[in-house]
Amino acid sequence: MNLLDIFKRRSSAPVARERLQVLLAYERRNRSQPDLVSILREEIMAVIAKHVQIDQDYLQVSMDRGETMSTLEIDIQIPNKSAVPLAMAG
Amino acid sequence: MGKVVVVTSGKGGVGKTTSTAALGAAVAKTGKKVALVDFDVGLRNLDLIMGAERRVVFDLVNVIQGSAKLSQALIRDKRVETLFLLPASQTRDKDALTEDGVGEVIDKLRSVFDYVFCDSPAGIERGAQLAMRFADEAVIVTNPEVSSVRDSDRIIGLLDARTLRAEQGEQIAKHVLVTRYDAARAARGEMLSIDDVLEILSTPLLGIIPESQDVLRASNLGSPVTLSEPLNAAAKAYIDAARRLEGEDLPVVVPFERKGFLDRLLGRRAA
Repeated sequence: MNLLDIFKRRSSAPVARERLQVLLAYERRNRSQPDLVSILREEIMAVIAKHVQIDQDYLQVSMDRGETMSTLEIDIQIPNKSAVPLAMAG
Repeated sequence: MGKVVVVTSGKGGVGKTTSTAALGAAVAKTGKKVALVDFDVGLRNLDLIMGAERRVVFDLVNVIQGSAKLSQALIRDKRVETLFLLPASQTRDKDALTEDGVGEVIDKLRSVFDYVFCDSPAGIERGAQLAMRFADEAVIVTNPEVSSVRDSDRIIGLLDARTLRAEQGEQIAKHVLVTRYDAARAARGEMLSIDDVLEILSTPLLGIIPESQDVLRASNLGSPVTLSEPLNAAAKAYIDAARRLEGEDLPVVVPFERKGFLDRLLGRRAA
């Protein structure tokens, strides 16, 4: 290591501040939108509840946001003993 | 009616429990009645920091489930007689706390105590949300470090959206408490400065607690640093923060690094 490198090394705090400012500006923008996943979850739950009684824990909704495409994954488990036969798991 | 203050941070290990104990003890020492409530169900630690781990009989979950009275679960501090602790339970049941149950307990505490400090668990899940749910004020414990500041920002968003006060259109008073501040590293530009943190979070400052061996020693001994070593720099900073929390207008002094012999020698030569 060159001795000069010690003096040339930039202090890291300004870099930290800049990275945080950029990141938080982005995160705050996303946060101000209503939480799409929880709205979907609630409404899907309400629709299912009309026909089958399931526990909150058996419904998983998750969203994966990508650059060009986002995927919504819905996983519903319905107990076998349910009176109404429905094949919608998956 | 007492004031409910949540001590929160999002990130773990930044000093929530230590700060709850130190601030609570400092307020109680002024004669105010103070209750410290541990919300970290399954991972309680406030009892240990307060040195009351062997006196826990009943806990918050027992009170909520009706198997113990609030008065039975509250542990009176042996050093400050106006200071009480309501421990969390060690149960693994994540649904042990209910919103109605917590609301009832907080209401009862609020009617008896001047201050109720809620020590939040880390994270942004149910436990953390219940800890902040009924708060009038929030102390956001932040280390001058990127991940802690980011998580604090997230928690500030939650405080403004998910607390009862926010939902009723009222303001929840928020304060940033910077802990583990290392003046030497800040001076070298290796650590986010206080100004950086405040600018990013745009939330008023409650105090700056310097990084200190004495805080760890106090934890080892099971005594809040404001009780065991009140003259220590970190303890003084906590005591001042507690006074600001009570509404006193005390200026915050940013800790500075005392120059060593060599620095002074070089400084003089340069002058």
